[in-house]
Amino acid sequence: MMESLETLGIGLIDALLWVLMLGVGLLPDALAEPFSYSFMQRALLTAILVGAICGLLSCFVVLKRWSLLGDAISHAVLPGVAIAYLLGWPFFIGAFIAGALTSVGIGALERHTRLKADAAMGLMFTAAFALGVVIIGKIATNTHLMHILFGNVLGVQYPALLLTLCSGLLALLAVWAFYRPLLLYTFDPMQAQALGFNTGLIHYGLILLLTLTIVASLETVGIILVVAMLITPGATAHLLTERLTTMMILSVTVGVTASVVGLYLSFRLDVASGGAIVLVAAALFLVTLLLAPRHGLLARWWRARRLRRPVTATPE
Amino acid sequence: MRKPDVVLRLTPKPMAVEVKRLSAAYDGQPVLENVDIALPVGKWTAIIGPNGAGKSTLFRILLGVMKPLRGAVTVHGEDPARQRRLGHIAYMAQQEAVEWDFPISVQDTVLTGRFGHMRTDLWWRRLLPPRWAESHHWDVVHRCLEAVNMQDFAHRPIGALSGGQKKRVLLARALAQEARLLLLDEPLAGVDTASERLILDLLARQRAAGRTVVMVTHDMDSARRYADQVLLINRTIVGMGAPDNMLVDEMLARTAVAGWRPVARRDPPLEAFP
Repeated sequence: MMESLETLGIGLIDALLWVLMLGVGLLPDALAEPFSYSFMQRALLTAILVGAICGLLSCFVVLKRWSLLGDAISHAVLPGVAIAYLLGWPFFIGAFIAGALTSVGIGALERHTRLKADAAMGLMFTAAFALGVVIIGKIATNTHLMHILFGNVLGVQYPALLLTLCSGLLALLAVWAFYRPLLLYTFDPMQAQALGFNTGLIHYGLILLLTLTIVASLETVGIILVVAMLITPGATAHLLTERLTTMMILSVTVGVTASVVGLYLSFRLDVASGGAIVLVAAALFLVTLLLAPRHGLLARWWRARRLRRPVTATPE
Repeated sequence: MRKPDVVLRLTPKPMAVEVKRLSAAYDGQPVLENVDIALPVGKWTAIIGPNGAGKSTLFRILLGVMKPLRGAVTVHGEDPARQRRLGHIAYMAQQEAVEWDFPISVQDTVLTGRFGHMRTDLWWRRLLPPRWAESHHWDVVHRCLEAVNMQDFAHRPIGALSGGQKKRVLLARALAQEARLLLLDEPLAGVDTASERLILDLLARQRAAGRTVVMVTHDMDSARRYADQVLLINRTIVGMGAPDNMLVDEMLARTAVAGWRPVARRDPPLEAFP
């Protein structure tokens, strides 16, 4: 049963890779050349998937002001991964338990002590992260740790790719099926509560999705930089639109573009792939920040100048 | 022999909101102590009290955001959670509680008031984006937007609205739910006279249609003019009764409402408004 599922998954990935290569084949040779290696093909598919999932989820992270929580969960996932490795469990289970425990811990600290949210998060995730570093130091090599921390998309193998694919599909399905509760909870949790939605369930569902995304991105950008991919695409899209669905589409586009361009640059310039991807995303954000039609700096400056002109007599 | 019929007739009509011996606290700091409230169906109640008197806490308990320490709460004789699920409790938040930067248009915001009712739509409808919701949901949305005179702003992003307009959108969203009980948290705070008049008249129509209106307010003038009864609260219930009996200096002094000054003028009765 498991084996036939795995064969099916690998077949699916091969099919996706084949479709992807059809697209790459249309590119000029100079651009397409790196993708003649099969490890680059796998890396490209992983990068696209991770960019898309992160882009989708980053809308919720940005709108819900969960940037720091995303950071906290991504770090807190480390001991979960380590313990799952020790027990021979799938990565994802350990990561989710660690992520959920941390978010529950943060909530409890916030409610029952004088600590504010930022201190509660900082405290919990650094402690969890430290635990992870210690455990991994005991059971694995430093290169292992470095791979988890910073990712190594060029070394992605079929099992990891399959995990990324499944998490991606799951995240997409969940956002689709629960779009309205998610929208309502992100926009106005009190209203969600008044309409009889189970906000606790939505809250932890969203955290589950976030953890899923983080685990899926482990191999690509690593847990330190994943938070950038969970913030930057959403932040960029937020500057460009006043509609949530459009924001999601733009955010996914930014995520995928950053991943693909970053991967290409990392191959060409021989630099770390995770770093290159995040830097491209940041560059996209910077350009948007300057040029966005409504919320961009240039547009704002232009509007302010036009407003100021007729009233030069009044101070300020 | 069938007896239940008799029993049913003897059972008194359930109150819209019934609270018995309710106590609540934040961090061990009590905000409500031994509160008993019974709000009849179809009446307009104004809740008045100083800041920190537990007015919003009462709403938070009805909405299930906060758990009381002790006491029993029922809405229409049932568990509030069940009533929320049935869509019978609508809530209009304070303006500050809403994320106005959120990428959403005015009409889509009002449509979120229908999300509870959409649970009973056909399953494949629910998988479509909200924009393709069944037309009767959109009919209600457009009707509510017209009622608050915001139909021309339907496609605007909510961040581009003025203060009074934001209040009206929040009210339209609460009305779109077509709930039996309307909870309004300071619906008149920071609105201009025209918006205030519009909001109050709209609520008067809701009440005339048999809905229960409960509003927290600092505006005693409108409470006196529109409400059927006034509930004075400051951690405990100070008084509950007709506006003319409650909004008097002695009662307000006991509630410790700051800044209260007597209003000499008697306003025209409700029927005088169109």
